[in-house]
Amino acid sequence: MAKYLILKHYRGGPTPYVAFEPLDRWAPDKVDAHMKYMHDFAAKLQETGEFVDGQALSPEGTFVRYDGEGRPPVTDGPFAETKDLIAGWMVIDVDSYDRALELAGELSAAPGQDGKPIHEWLELRPFLTEAPRVTE
Amino acid sequence: MNETLLRELIPAVTSVLVRRGADFATAEDAVQEALIRALRSWPADPPADPKGWLITVAWRRFLDLSRADSARQAREARVEAELPAASGQSADDTLQLYFLCAHPSLTPSSAVALTLRAVGGLTTKQIAEAYLVPEATMAQRISRAKRTVSGVRFDEPGNVATVLRVLYLVFNEGYSGEVDLAEEAIRLTRQLTSMSDDEEAAGLLALMLLHHARRSARTTRTGALIPLAEQDRTRWDAALIAEGVAILQSALARDRLGEYQAQAAIAALHADAQAAAETDWVQIVEWYDELERLTHSPVVRLNRAVAVGEARGADAGLAALAEVDPSVPRRTAVEAYLRERTGDLALAARLYGDAARAAGNLAERDHLTRQAARLNEALRA
Repeated sequence: MAKYLILKHYRGGPTPYVAFEPLDRWAPDKVDAHMKYMHDFAAKLQETGEFVDGQALSPEGTFVRYDGEGRPPVTDGPFAETKDLIAGWMVIDVDSYDRALELAGELSAAPGQDGKPIHEWLELRPFLTEAPRVTE
Repeated sequence: MNETLLRELIPAVTSVLVRRGADFATAEDAVQEALIRALRSWPADPPADPKGWLITVAWRRFLDLSRADSARQAREARVEAELPAASGQSADDTLQLYFLCAHPSLTPSSAVALTLRAVGGLTTKQIAEAYLVPEATMAQRISRAKRTVSGVRFDEPGNVATVLRVLYLVFNEGYSGEVDLAEEAIRLTRQLTSMSDDEEAAGLLALMLLHHARRSARTTRTGALIPLAEQDRTRWDAALIAEGVAILQSALARDRLGEYQAQAAIAALHADAQAAAETDWVQIVEWYDELERLTHSPVVRLNRAVAVGEARGADAGLAALAEVDPSVPRRTAVEAYLRERTGDLALAARLYGDAARAAGNLAERDHLTRQAARLNEALRA
Protein backbone atom coordinates (compact mmCIF):
# COMPACT_ATOMS: atom_id res chain seq x y z
CA MET A 1 0.00 0.00 0.00
CA ALA A 2 1.77 3.05 -1.20
CA LYS A 3 0.73 6.26 -2.82
CA TYR A 4 2.37 7.59 -5.95
CA LEU A 5 2.03 10.81 -7.84
CA ILE A 6 1.94 10.53 -11.62
CA LEU A 7 2.97 13.93 -12.92
CA LYS A 8 2.09 15.08 -16.38
CA HIS A 9 4.32 17.86 -17.69
CA TYR A 10 3.50 20.36 -20.40
CA ARG A 11 7.23 20.80 -20.80
CA GLY A 12 10.31 19.36 -19.16
CA GLY A 13 11.59 15.84 -18.64
CA PRO A 14 13.40 13.66 -21.19
CA THR A 15 13.23 14.30 -24.92
CA PRO A 16 9.80 13.23 -26.20
CA TYR A 17 9.77 9.77 -27.74
CA VAL A 18 7.27 10.97 -30.31
CA ALA A 19 7.23 14.67 -31.14
CA PHE A 20 3.79 16.22 -30.70
CA GLU A 21 2.33 19.68 -30.85
CA PRO A 22 0.30 21.36 -28.09
CA LEU A 23 -3.19 19.94 -27.77
CA ASP A 24 -4.85 23.03 -29.26
CA ARG A 25 -3.32 22.21 -32.64
CA TRP A 26 -4.72 18.69 -32.80
CA ALA A 27 -7.84 17.68 -34.71
CA PRO A 28 -10.83 18.00 -32.33
CA ASP A 29 -11.66 14.29 -32.49
CA LYS A 30 -8.05 13.45 -31.52
CA VAL A 31 -8.29 15.85 -28.58
CA ASP A 32 -11.55 14.14 -27.56
CA ALA A 33 -9.97 10.70 -27.86
CA HIS A 34 -7.04 11.81 -25.69
CA MET A 35 -9.33 13.27 -23.02
CA LYS A 36 -11.58 10.25 -23.06
CA TYR A 37 -8.61 7.96 -22.51
CA MET A 38 -7.57 9.95 -19.42
CA HIS A 39 -11.12 9.93 -18.12
CA ASP A 40 -11.59 6.19 -18.71
CA PHE A 41 -8.27 5.49 -17.08
CA ALA A 42 -9.31 7.36 -13.92
CA ALA A 43 -12.68 5.59 -13.93
CA LYS A 44 -10.95 2.23 -14.24
CA LEU A 45 -8.72 3.01 -11.27
CA GLN A 46 -11.74 3.99 -9.25
CA GLU A 47 -13.20 0.60 -10.03
CA THR A 48 -10.01 -1.23 -9.02
CA GLY A 49 -9.89 0.72 -5.75
CA GLU A 50 -6.58 2.42 -6.61
CA PHE A 51 -7.68 5.95 -7.45
CA VAL A 52 -6.96 8.77 -5.01
CA ASP A 53 -7.04 12.02 -6.94
CA GLY A 54 -6.64 13.53 -10.37
CA GLN A 55 -6.36 17.21 -11.18
CA ALA A 56 -5.40 19.43 -14.07
CA LEU A 57 -3.60 22.73 -13.67
CA SER A 58 -3.81 25.92 -15.62
CA PRO A 59 -0.50 26.51 -17.40
CA GLU A 60 -0.34 30.07 -16.09
CA GLY A 61 0.65 30.61 -12.47
CA THR A 62 2.13 33.32 -10.32
CA PHE A 63 5.15 33.32 -8.03
CA VAL A 64 4.36 34.75 -4.59
CA ARG A 65 6.52 35.60 -1.58
CA TYR A 66 6.26 37.18 1.86
CA ASP A 67 7.51 40.78 1.86
CA GLY A 68 7.63 41.62 5.57
CA GLU A 69 5.22 42.50 8.36
CA GLY A 70 2.21 44.57 7.26
CA ARG A 71 3.15 44.49 3.59
CA PRO A 72 1.19 42.67 0.91
CA PRO A 73 2.86 39.63 -0.64
CA VAL A 74 5.05 40.31 -3.66
CA THR A 75 4.10 38.58 -6.87
CA ASP A 76 6.15 37.81 -9.93
CA GLY A 77 5.51 36.17 -13.30
CA PRO A 78 3.91 34.56 -15.12
CA PHE A 79 6.97 33.22 -16.86
CA ALA A 80 6.14 31.82 -20.25
CA GLU A 81 9.72 30.63 -20.71
CA THR A 82 9.75 28.31 -17.65
CA LYS A 83 11.54 25.14 -18.64
CA ASP A 84 9.31 22.82 -16.64
CA LEU A 85 5.55 23.15 -16.48
CA ILE A 86 3.15 20.82 -14.70
CA ALA A 87 -0.08 20.11 -16.57
CA GLY A 88 -1.70 17.94 -13.96
CA TRP A 89 -1.42 14.85 -11.88
CA MET A 90 -2.98 11.68 -10.76
CA VAL A 91 -2.50 10.13 -7.34
CA ILE A 92 -2.76 6.35 -7.05
CA ASP A 93 -2.72 4.00 -4.07
CA VAL A 94 -1.26 0.64 -5.08
CA ASP A 95 0.24 -2.52 -3.62
CA SER A 96 3.67 -2.22 -5.21
CA TYR A 97 6.11 -0.07 -7.13
CA ASP A 98 5.74 -2.43 -10.09
CA ARG A 99 2.00 -1.82 -10.17
CA ALA A 100 2.65 1.94 -10.11
CA LEU A 101 5.02 1.59 -13.08
CA GLU A 102 2.48 -0.51 -14.95
CA LEU A 103 -0.25 2.09 -14.47
CA ALA A 104 1.95 5.03 -15.40
CA GLY A 105 2.99 3.14 -18.53
CA GLU A 106 -0.64 2.57 -19.39
CA LEU A 107 -1.50 6.25 -18.92
CA SER A 108 1.39 7.17 -21.21
CA ALA A 109 -0.25 5.12 -23.98
CA ALA A 110 -3.05 7.69 -24.36
CA PRO A 111 -3.74 8.39 -28.05
CA GLY A 112 -1.78 11.30 -29.49
CA GLN A 113 -2.13 13.66 -32.41
CA ASP A 114 -2.17 10.78 -34.91
CA GLY A 115 -4.42 8.58 -32.78
CA LYS A 116 -1.52 6.30 -31.89
CA PRO A 117 -0.05 6.02 -28.36
CA ILE A 118 1.62 9.29 -27.46
CA HIS A 119 4.48 7.65 -25.47
CA GLU A 120 4.54 10.74 -23.27
CA TRP A 121 7.10 10.77 -20.44
CA LEU A 122 5.27 10.78 -17.12
CA GLU A 123 7.04 11.37 -13.84
CA LEU A 124 6.37 8.87 -11.05
CA ARG A 125 7.07 10.03 -7.49
CA PRO A 126 6.39 8.08 -4.28
CA PHE A 127 4.66 9.84 -1.39
CA LEU A 128 6.49 9.90 1.91
CA THR A 129 4.55 7.80 4.39
CA GLU A 130 4.03 7.80 8.13
CA ALA A 131 6.86 6.30 10.17
CA PRO A 132 6.36 2.57 10.81
CA ARG A 133 5.44 1.66 14.37
CA VAL A 134 7.78 -1.30 14.68
CA THR A 135 11.23 0.24 14.82
CA GLU A 136 13.70 -2.56 15.38
CA MET B 1 -22.81 0.92 24.62
CA ASN B 2 -19.72 2.49 23.11
CA GLU B 3 -18.62 2.14 19.51
CA THR B 4 -15.88 -0.41 20.23
CA LEU B 5 -18.34 -2.76 21.96
CA LEU B 6 -20.71 -2.34 19.03
CA ARG B 7 -17.94 -3.17 16.58
CA GLU B 8 -17.02 -6.28 18.54
CA LEU B 9 -20.44 -7.71 17.70
CA ILE B 10 -20.04 -7.28 13.94
CA PRO B 11 -18.18 -10.48 12.97
CA ALA B 12 -20.55 -12.61 15.06
CA VAL B 13 -23.58 -10.99 13.40
CA THR B 14 -22.14 -11.59 9.92
CA SER B 15 -21.46 -15.21 10.87
CA VAL B 16 -25.08 -15.67 11.96
CA LEU B 17 -26.30 -14.45 8.58
CA VAL B 18 -23.86 -16.70 6.74
CA ARG B 19 -24.90 -19.69 8.88
CA ARG B 20 -28.50 -18.94 7.95
CA GLY B 21 -27.54 -19.35 4.32
CA ALA B 22 -26.71 -15.81 3.24
CA ASP B 23 -23.77 -15.41 0.90
CA PHE B 24 -20.86 -13.66 2.57
CA ALA B 25 -20.76 -10.63 0.25
CA THR B 26 -24.43 -9.72 0.66
CA ALA B 27 -24.47 -10.59 4.36
CA GLU B 28 -21.49 -8.33 4.93
CA ASP B 29 -23.17 -5.44 3.10
CA ALA B 30 -26.34 -5.95 5.13
CA VAL B 31 -24.40 -5.96 8.40
CA GLN B 32 -22.53 -2.81 7.38
CA GLU B 33 -25.85 -1.05 6.81
CA ALA B 34 -27.15 -2.27 10.17
CA LEU B 35 -23.95 -0.99 11.76
CA ILE B 36 -24.39 2.46 10.23
CA ARG B 37 -27.99 2.55 11.47
CA ALA B 38 -26.86 1.49 14.93
CA LEU B 39 -24.21 4.22 15.04
CA ARG B 40 -26.94 6.74 14.23
CA SER B 41 -29.80 5.54 16.42
CA TRP B 42 -28.26 3.81 19.44
CA PRO B 43 -26.90 6.88 21.22
CA ALA B 44 -30.46 8.22 21.61
CA ASP B 45 -32.27 4.89 21.74
CA PRO B 46 -30.08 1.99 22.90
CA PRO B 47 -31.59 -1.48 22.38
CA ALA B 48 -31.98 -3.93 25.25
CA ASP B 49 -30.33 -6.69 23.22
CA PRO B 50 -27.72 -5.08 20.95
CA LYS B 51 -26.70 -8.27 19.18
CA GLY B 52 -30.29 -9.35 18.62
CA TRP B 53 -31.08 -5.89 17.24
CA LEU B 54 -28.16 -6.08 14.81
CA ILE B 55 -29.10 -9.57 13.65
CA THR B 56 -32.73 -8.58 13.08
CA VAL B 57 -31.92 -5.39 11.20
CA ALA B 58 -29.13 -7.00 9.17
CA TRP B 59 -31.27 -10.01 8.29
CA ARG B 60 -34.13 -7.83 7.08
CA ARG B 61 -31.68 -5.81 5.05
CA PHE B 62 -30.22 -9.01 3.63
CA LEU B 63 -33.68 -10.13 2.51
CA ASP B 64 -34.27 -6.73 0.87
CA LEU B 65 -30.94 -6.91 -0.93
CA SER B 66 -31.72 -10.46 -2.05
CA ARG B 67 -35.20 -9.52 -3.24
CA ALA B 68 -33.72 -6.73 -5.31
CA ASP B 69 -31.83 -9.37 -7.19
CA SER B 70 -34.43 -11.47 -8.95
CA ALA B 71 -31.92 -14.15 -9.80
CA ARG B 72 -31.61 -14.80 -6.11
CA GLN B 73 -35.29 -15.21 -5.40
CA ALA B 74 -35.35 -18.96 -5.50
CA ARG B 75 -32.50 -19.16 -3.06
CA GLU B 76 -34.11 -16.57 -0.83
CA ALA B 77 -37.24 -18.66 -0.55
CA ARG B 78 -35.12 -21.61 0.44
CA VAL B 79 -33.17 -19.53 2.95
CA GLU B 80 -36.32 -18.22 4.60
CA ALA B 81 -37.77 -21.71 4.83
CA GLU B 82 -34.64 -23.05 6.47
CA LEU B 83 -34.04 -20.15 8.85
CA PRO B 84 -32.28 -21.74 11.82
CA ALA B 85 -31.92 -20.09 15.21
CA ALA B 86 -28.94 -17.89 15.97
CA SER B 87 -27.75 -20.33 18.60
CA GLY B 88 -25.02 -22.84 17.98
CA GLN B 89 -22.69 -20.27 16.54
CA SER B 90 -19.29 -20.09 18.08
CA ALA B 91 -15.99 -18.31 18.11
CA ASP B 92 -15.03 -20.65 15.26
CA ASP B 93 -17.26 -18.66 12.92
CA THR B 94 -15.45 -15.44 13.77
CA LEU B 95 -12.13 -17.20 13.20
CA GLN B 96 -13.41 -18.33 9.79
CA LEU B 97 -14.16 -14.68 9.00
CA TYR B 98 -10.56 -13.77 9.81
CA PHE B 99 -9.35 -16.48 7.43
CA LEU B 100 -11.71 -15.40 4.67
CA CYS B 101 -10.75 -11.72 4.93
CA ALA B 102 -7.04 -12.57 4.86
CA HIS B 103 -7.42 -15.16 2.10
CA PRO B 104 -4.16 -15.66 0.14
CA SER B 105 -5.94 -14.75 -3.12
CA LEU B 106 -6.31 -11.15 -1.88
CA THR B 107 -3.70 -8.44 -2.30
CA PRO B 108 -2.41 -6.98 0.99
CA SER B 109 -4.38 -3.73 0.63
CA SER B 110 -7.63 -5.62 -0.14
CA ALA B 111 -7.13 -8.02 2.75
CA VAL B 112 -6.48 -5.12 5.12
CA ALA B 113 -9.60 -3.23 3.97
CA LEU B 114 -11.86 -6.29 4.11
CA THR B 115 -10.56 -7.32 7.53
CA LEU B 116 -11.12 -3.86 8.98
CA ARG B 117 -14.67 -3.81 7.68
CA ALA B 118 -15.95 -7.36 8.13
CA VAL B 119 -13.98 -8.31 11.25
CA GLY B 120 -13.20 -4.90 12.72
CA GLY B 121 -16.66 -3.47 12.12
CA LEU B 122 -15.32 -0.18 10.79
CA THR B 123 -17.35 1.72 8.23
CA THR B 124 -16.03 2.18 4.71
CA LYS B 125 -15.77 5.91 5.44
CA GLN B 126 -13.59 5.31 8.49
CA ILE B 127 -11.31 2.92 6.59
CA ALA B 128 -11.04 5.36 3.69
CA GLU B 129 -10.08 8.16 6.07
CA ALA B 130 -7.55 5.96 7.84
CA TYR B 131 -5.78 5.24 4.53
CA LEU B 132 -6.29 8.68 2.99
CA VAL B 133 -8.21 7.55 -0.08
CA PRO B 134 -11.68 8.62 -1.27
CA GLU B 135 -14.59 6.68 0.19
CA ALA B 136 -15.69 5.57 -3.32
CA THR B 137 -12.25 4.05 -3.93
CA MET B 138 -12.32 2.18 -0.64
CA ALA B 139 -15.86 0.95 -1.33
CA GLN B 140 -14.66 -0.46 -4.67
CA ARG B 141 -11.60 -2.03 -3.09
CA ILE B 142 -13.82 -3.80 -0.56
CA SER B 143 -16.39 -5.02 -3.07
CA ARG B 144 -13.65 -6.32 -5.37
CA ALA B 145 -12.11 -8.12 -2.41
CA LYS B 146 -15.48 -9.71 -1.68
CA ARG B 147 -15.81 -10.80 -5.30
CA THR B 148 -12.33 -12.32 -5.13
CA VAL B 149 -13.27 -14.53 -2.17
CA SER B 150 -16.83 -15.22 -3.34
CA GLY B 151 -15.91 -18.75 -4.42
CA VAL B 152 -14.20 -19.59 -1.14
CA ARG B 153 -16.20 -21.86 1.16
CA PHE B 154 -16.88 -20.17 4.49
CA ASP B 155 -15.57 -23.17 6.43
CA GLU B 156 -12.46 -23.68 4.28
CA PRO B 157 -9.52 -24.36 6.59
CA GLY B 158 -7.44 -21.21 6.96
CA ASN B 159 -3.91 -20.32 7.85
CA VAL B 160 -3.28 -18.13 10.89
CA ALA B 161 -0.02 -16.87 9.33
CA THR B 162 -1.90 -15.05 6.57
CA VAL B 163 -4.11 -13.36 9.18
CA LEU B 164 -1.07 -12.31 11.21
CA ARG B 165 0.53 -10.66 8.18
CA VAL B 166 -2.61 -8.60 7.63
CA LEU B 167 -2.86 -7.56 11.29
CA TYR B 168 0.84 -6.68 11.34
CA LEU B 169 0.28 -4.40 8.33
CA VAL B 170 -2.65 -2.69 10.04
CA PHE B 171 -0.52 -2.09 13.12
CA ASN B 172 2.62 -0.99 11.37
CA GLU B 173 1.52 1.06 8.40
CA GLY B 174 -1.64 2.87 9.38
CA TYR B 175 -1.99 6.61 9.55
CA SER B 176 -3.26 8.22 12.69
CA GLY B 177 -6.72 9.49 11.84
CA GLU B 178 -10.00 9.35 13.72
CA VAL B 179 -9.68 5.59 14.08
CA ASP B 180 -6.57 4.48 15.91
CA LEU B 181 -5.35 1.66 13.67
CA ALA B 182 -2.65 0.55 16.10
CA GLU B 183 -5.26 0.03 18.80
CA GLU B 184 -7.60 -1.58 16.30
CA ALA B 185 -4.84 -4.03 15.28
CA ILE B 186 -4.22 -4.83 18.94
CA ARG B 187 -7.93 -5.40 19.54
CA LEU B 188 -8.23 -7.74 16.55
CA THR B 189 -5.06 -9.64 17.43
CA ARG B 190 -6.23 -10.00 21.02
CA GLN B 191 -9.54 -11.38 19.76
CA LEU B 192 -7.63 -13.77 17.49
CA THR B 193 -5.56 -15.09 20.40
CA SER B 194 -8.77 -15.77 22.31
CA MET B 195 -9.88 -18.08 19.50
CA SER B 196 -6.58 -19.68 18.50
CA ASP B 197 -3.70 -20.96 20.62
CA ASP B 198 -1.20 -20.22 17.85
CA GLU B 199 2.15 -19.18 19.42
CA GLU B 200 2.84 -16.69 16.67
CA ALA B 201 -0.50 -14.95 17.23
CA ALA B 202 0.54 -14.54 20.86
CA GLY B 203 3.97 -13.38 19.68
CA LEU B 204 2.44 -10.76 17.41
CA LEU B 205 0.15 -9.51 20.18
CA ALA B 206 3.15 -9.22 22.51
CA LEU B 207 5.12 -7.40 19.81
CA MET B 208 2.30 -4.90 19.29
CA LEU B 209 1.82 -4.28 23.01
CA LEU B 210 5.55 -3.77 23.61
CA HIS B 211 5.85 -1.24 20.78
CA HIS B 212 2.57 0.44 21.63
CA ALA B 213 3.87 0.90 25.19
CA ARG B 214 6.53 3.29 23.85
CA ARG B 215 4.12 5.31 21.78
CA SER B 216 3.96 8.51 23.80
CA ALA B 217 7.75 8.55 24.20
CA ARG B 218 8.49 8.04 20.51
CA THR B 219 7.79 11.55 19.27
CA THR B 220 8.03 15.12 20.50
CA ARG B 221 4.87 17.16 20.83
CA THR B 222 5.44 18.45 17.30
CA GLY B 223 5.84 14.95 15.89
CA ALA B 224 9.63 14.70 15.58
CA LEU B 225 11.04 11.20 16.09
CA ILE B 226 12.92 10.49 19.31
CA PRO B 227 15.38 7.59 18.88
CA LEU B 228 15.04 4.68 21.30
CA ALA B 229 18.22 5.61 23.16
CA GLU B 230 16.95 9.13 23.88
CA GLN B 231 13.38 8.29 24.88
CA ASP B 232 12.13 9.17 28.35
CA ARG B 233 11.56 5.62 29.59
CA THR B 234 9.39 6.76 32.47
CA ARG B 235 6.81 7.54 29.78
CA TRP B 236 6.70 3.95 28.56
CA ASP B 237 3.45 2.25 29.54
CA ALA B 238 4.47 -0.23 32.27
CA ALA B 239 1.11 -2.05 32.23
CA LEU B 240 1.30 -2.73 28.48
CA ILE B 241 4.92 -3.88 28.86
CA ALA B 242 4.00 -6.25 31.69
CA GLU B 243 1.15 -7.68 29.66
CA GLY B 244 3.29 -8.04 26.54
CA VAL B 245 6.10 -9.74 28.44
CA ALA B 246 3.70 -12.17 30.15
CA ILE B 247 2.07 -13.13 26.84
CA LEU B 248 5.47 -13.56 25.23
CA GLN B 249 6.84 -15.70 28.04
CA SER B 250 3.96 -18.14 27.91
CA ALA B 251 4.28 -18.36 24.12
CA LEU B 252 8.05 -18.93 24.27
CA ALA B 253 7.57 -21.60 26.93
CA ARG B 254 5.83 -23.74 24.33
CA ASP B 255 9.02 -23.89 22.33
CA ARG B 256 7.63 -23.21 18.89
CA LEU B 257 9.58 -20.14 17.96
CA GLY B 258 8.52 -17.93 15.08
CA GLU B 259 9.45 -14.51 13.74
CA TYR B 260 6.88 -12.52 15.73
CA GLN B 261 7.95 -14.12 19.00
CA ALA B 262 11.60 -13.38 18.18
CA GLN B 263 10.80 -9.75 17.32
CA ALA B 264 8.78 -9.43 20.51
CA ALA B 265 11.69 -10.87 22.49
CA ILE B 266 13.91 -8.08 21.14
CA ALA B 267 11.30 -5.47 22.04
CA ALA B 268 11.01 -7.05 25.52
CA LEU B 269 14.76 -6.75 26.08
CA HIS B 270 14.57 -3.04 25.24
CA ALA B 271 11.59 -2.68 27.57
CA ASP B 272 13.56 -4.38 30.31
CA ALA B 273 16.34 -1.76 30.32
CA GLN B 274 15.69 1.09 32.74
CA ALA B 275 18.18 3.21 30.80
CA ALA B 276 19.53 2.83 27.26
CA ALA B 277 22.99 2.06 28.68
CA GLU B 278 21.61 -0.96 30.52
CA THR B 279 20.35 -2.61 27.33
CA ASP B 280 21.42 -6.23 27.00
CA TRP B 281 22.76 -5.91 23.45
CA VAL B 282 24.56 -9.25 23.56
CA GLN B 283 21.28 -11.06 24.05
CA ILE B 284 19.59 -8.86 21.43
CA VAL B 285 22.24 -9.90 18.89
CA GLU B 286 21.45 -13.54 19.71
CA TRP B 287 17.77 -12.93 19.04
CA TYR B 288 18.62 -11.29 15.72
CA ASP B 289 20.62 -14.42 14.86
CA GLU B 290 17.48 -16.48 15.57
CA LEU B 291 15.37 -14.08 13.57
CA GLU B 292 17.74 -14.23 10.63
CA ARG B 293 17.58 -18.03 10.66
CA LEU B 294 13.77 -17.82 10.66
CA THR B 295 13.29 -15.13 8.02
CA HIS B 296 16.51 -14.78 5.96
CA SER B 297 15.42 -11.16 5.71
CA PRO B 298 17.96 -8.50 4.67
CA VAL B 299 16.12 -6.02 6.92
CA VAL B 300 16.82 -8.29 9.89
CA ARG B 301 20.49 -8.46 8.85
CA LEU B 302 20.56 -4.65 8.82
CA ASN B 303 19.00 -4.35 12.28
CA ARG B 304 21.41 -6.99 13.51
CA ALA B 305 24.32 -4.82 12.39
CA VAL B 306 23.00 -2.02 14.61
CA ALA B 307 22.82 -4.41 17.57
CA VAL B 308 26.32 -5.75 16.83
CA GLY B 309 27.57 -2.15 16.78
CA GLU B 310 26.17 -1.64 20.27
CA ALA B 311 27.30 -5.01 21.65
CA ARG B 312 30.84 -5.15 20.20
CA GLY B 313 31.63 -1.64 19.02
CA ALA B 314 31.12 0.38 15.86
CA ASP B 315 33.87 -1.39 13.88
CA ALA B 316 32.21 -4.75 14.47
CA GLY B 317 28.91 -3.14 13.47
CA LEU B 318 30.44 -1.91 10.21
CA ALA B 319 31.83 -5.39 9.53
CA ALA B 320 28.34 -6.83 10.02
CA LEU B 321 26.92 -4.08 7.81
CA ALA B 322 29.32 -5.03 5.00
CA GLU B 323 27.27 -8.20 4.56
CA VAL B 324 24.02 -6.28 4.05
CA ASP B 325 22.92 -5.65 0.48
CA PRO B 326 23.43 -1.94 -0.38
CA SER B 327 19.89 -1.69 -1.75
CA VAL B 328 18.23 -2.41 1.61
CA PRO B 329 16.28 0.67 2.76
CA ARG B 330 17.83 2.49 5.75
CA ARG B 331 21.24 0.89 5.24
CA THR B 332 22.82 4.29 4.62
CA ALA B 333 21.26 5.67 7.81
CA VAL B 334 22.74 2.79 9.80
CA GLU B 335 26.15 3.32 8.22
CA ALA B 336 25.99 7.03 9.07
CA TYR B 337 25.25 6.18 12.70
CA LEU B 338 28.15 3.69 12.90
CA ARG B 339 30.59 6.02 11.09
CA GLU B 340 29.85 8.74 13.61
CA ARG B 341 30.64 6.25 16.38
CA THR B 342 34.03 5.55 14.81
CA GLY B 343 34.72 9.29 14.75
CA ASP B 344 34.48 9.80 10.98
CA LEU B 345 32.16 12.80 11.26
CA ALA B 346 32.60 14.07 7.70
CA LEU B 347 31.61 10.75 6.18
CA ALA B 348 28.79 10.34 8.70
CA ALA B 349 27.39 13.79 7.85
CA ARG B 350 27.44 13.03 4.14
CA LEU B 351 25.78 9.63 4.70
CA TYR B 352 23.07 11.15 6.91
CA GLY B 353 22.32 13.59 4.10
CA ASP B 354 22.12 10.76 1.55
CA ALA B 355 19.93 8.73 3.91
CA ALA B 356 17.56 11.67 4.40
CA ARG B 357 17.07 12.02 0.65
CA ALA B 358 16.28 8.30 0.36
CA ALA B 359 13.96 8.15 3.39
CA GLY B 360 10.51 6.76 2.70
CA ASN B 361 8.72 8.68 5.42
CA LEU B 362 8.64 12.24 6.58
CA ALA B 363 9.47 11.76 10.26
CA GLU B 364 12.57 9.71 9.41
CA ARG B 365 13.67 12.16 6.73
CA ASP B 366 13.41 15.06 9.14
CA HIS B 367 15.27 13.13 11.82
CA LEU B 368 18.10 12.23 9.43
CA THR B 369 18.27 15.79 8.12
CA ARG B 370 18.70 17.03 11.71
CA GLN B 371 21.49 14.49 12.28
CA ALA B 372 23.30 15.70 9.15
CA ALA B 373 22.82 19.33 10.19
CA ARG B 374 24.13 18.61 13.71
CA LEU B 375 27.31 16.98 12.33
CA ASN B 376 27.86 19.64 9.68
CA GLU B 377 27.64 22.30 12.36
CA ALA B 378 30.13 20.42 14.53
CA LEU B 379 32.48 20.12 11.54
CA ARG B 380 32.34 23.87 10.88
CA ALA B 381 33.17 24.67 14.52
